[in-house]
Amino acid sequence: MAETAPLLDARDLNAWYGESHVLHGMTFSVRKGEVVTLLGRNGVGKTTTMRAVMGIVQKRTGSVRFGGTETIGLPSNLIARLGIGYCPEERGIFSSLNVTENLLLPPAVKAGGMSLDEVHKLFPQLKERARSQGTKLSGGEQQMLAIARILRTGAELLLLDEPTEGLAPVIVQQIGAVIRDLKKRGLTVLLVEQNLHFAATVADRHYVVEHGTVVDEFENKDLAANRERLEAHLGV
Amino acid sequence: MYDFIFQFLGVSPQALFGQLLIGLINGAFYALLSLGLAVIFGMLNVINFTHGAQYMMGAFGAWMLLHYLGIPYWGALILVPVIIGAFGILLERLLLSRLYHLDHLYGLLLTFGLALILEGLFRKQYGSSGLPYNNPLPGGIHLGFMFLPWYRGWVVLISIVVCLATWFMIEKTKLGSYLRAATENPTLVRAFGINVPRMMTLTYGFGVGLAALAGVLAAPIYSVNPIMGSNLIIVVFAVVVIGGMGSIMGSIVTGFGLGVIEGLTKVFYPEASNTVIFIIMAIVLLIRPAGLFGTPR
Ligand SMILES: Nc1ncnc2c1ncn2[C@@H]1O[C@H](COP(=O)(O)OP(=O)(O)OP(=O)(O)O)[C@@H](O)[C@H]1O
Ligand SMILES: [Mg+2]
Repeated sequence: MAETAPLLDARDLNAWYGESHVLHGMTFSVRKGEVVTLLGRNGVGKTTTMRAVMGIVQKRTGSVRFGGTETIGLPSNLIARLGIGYCPEERGIFSSLNVTENLLLPPAVKAGGMSLDEVHKLFPQLKERARSQGTKLSGGEQQMLAIARILRTGAELLLLDEPTEGLAPVIVQQIGAVIRDLKKRGLTVLLVEQNLHFAATVADRHYVVEHGTVVDEFENKDLAANRERLEAHLGV
Repeated sequence: MYDFIFQFLGVSPQALFGQLLIGLINGAFYALLSLGLAVIFGMLNVINFTHGAQYMMGAFGAWMLLHYLGIPYWGALILVPVIIGAFGILLERLLLSRLYHLDHLYGLLLTFGLALILEGLFRKQYGSSGLPYNNPLPGGIHLGFMFLPWYRGWVVLISIVVCLATWFMIEKTKLGSYLRAATENPTLVRAFGINVPRMMTLTYGFGVGLAALAGVLAAPIYSVNPIMGSNLIIVVFAVVVIGGMGSIMGSIVTGFGLGVIEGLTKVFYPEASNTVIFIIMAIVLLIRPAGLFGTPR
């Protein structure tokens, strides 16, 4: 039983922005080593789910267990220290820091993170632009930087919010290769994606989100069989 | 050749260099104080109106250490910034931190009220006539074109060193990268596992410590007086507006620059010397509302 206990286990997660109730009881889980996606139309609450897991949304209720620890009452800095790395939708590259400073910013939270050399091997572009201002990078390079900087920290679970949004196909392929590589290294990934085709190339399982709640769940291998149902959910 | 230039300008070299030195001294205080304000504003988004009172407390701290405990200037130079900085930390924890979720205006009102209270307390205890503090470095050196009192040279030197060290710490070190990042996006920095609230507390303590250091430096030059801060801080806020809120190098350069400009105005057009900084402020606000070194946000 202990072996199948999920690394991340969210139950009846509710979240609010001020008065507006955005998450209505999200329940989902991610097992160690899995890549799991949250799929759903614009504005259904995927980003808010990530933020609620990370502890950034002020008002949240329900339960989010990480590695068995209840995090719902913890501030985000302590949640991160448990071993979660966050790559936000807007990427969050700091303009007052150069590329290397951006890369070195998140402190190590666990042993076993990648070294700077390993990160550079995975993203050679970041080495070439080491001294550039972070926000002077192209969109694709900024996305790589946003992923790269949480690989050094030793975090076991990575939250990636739409890492392929607005990027050229070659870059999307490179990011896909990186995610598969991370999976091989034993990392666990919760991924928000709009690009179903991309999601299918990296993920083990998919959750479909609507109006702040999980309405459906598929294994990646059953995706083709459930294509119609999924497309109805996503409205594609 | 030199004589000709000074004749042409209609001033004596003594007067010119004398005012330049006074300008540099004033600039040193502008720079130290606006630097502290900039650091605090960048990190906490609070316009620290208590800054002048904290500067005044620095000067009083030096006086009190000497008179009650016999600790001389050089001890006060280290101890006072630490003690007043710790007082700032307490203030941030107990009062300021409760206002972060509200509009900037509340922090401003709180710090303004605190300044009035602190000044009132010191006035009640020590009167408003001012207390003398002996010059720890009497004498000076004749440089040919002017006489340089040792203590004034020391003030200019130490403030340049402290300003540049602060700039280096913020712009070039790992700790500084946390500060810069948290200034831009505190939520994300915290989500990386960094205790941002504690950084804010320490930053406030550091800014207050800088103000107290300026107060200790000022004690032997100006008389130690409960309202010495409120007189100075008005000009310092103008300096901050001109330099741009939140820019580190901006507040250093603007502080020294405006001190010198003020000094030169005293030589060439004394009538304007008290207003020149505010005139420059008005012009800068019209042309570059974010300040010379500031970025709009
Ligand atoms: N800061 C905020 N304040 C108030 N409401 C917000 C805020 N951020 C998001 N919302 C609202 O919450 C809902 C969910 O937003 P969220 O960003 O989680 O959706 P999403 O699924 O990530 O959408 P997208 O695919 O466009 O990124 C939306 O209706 C949005 O308008
Ligand atoms: Mg989103």
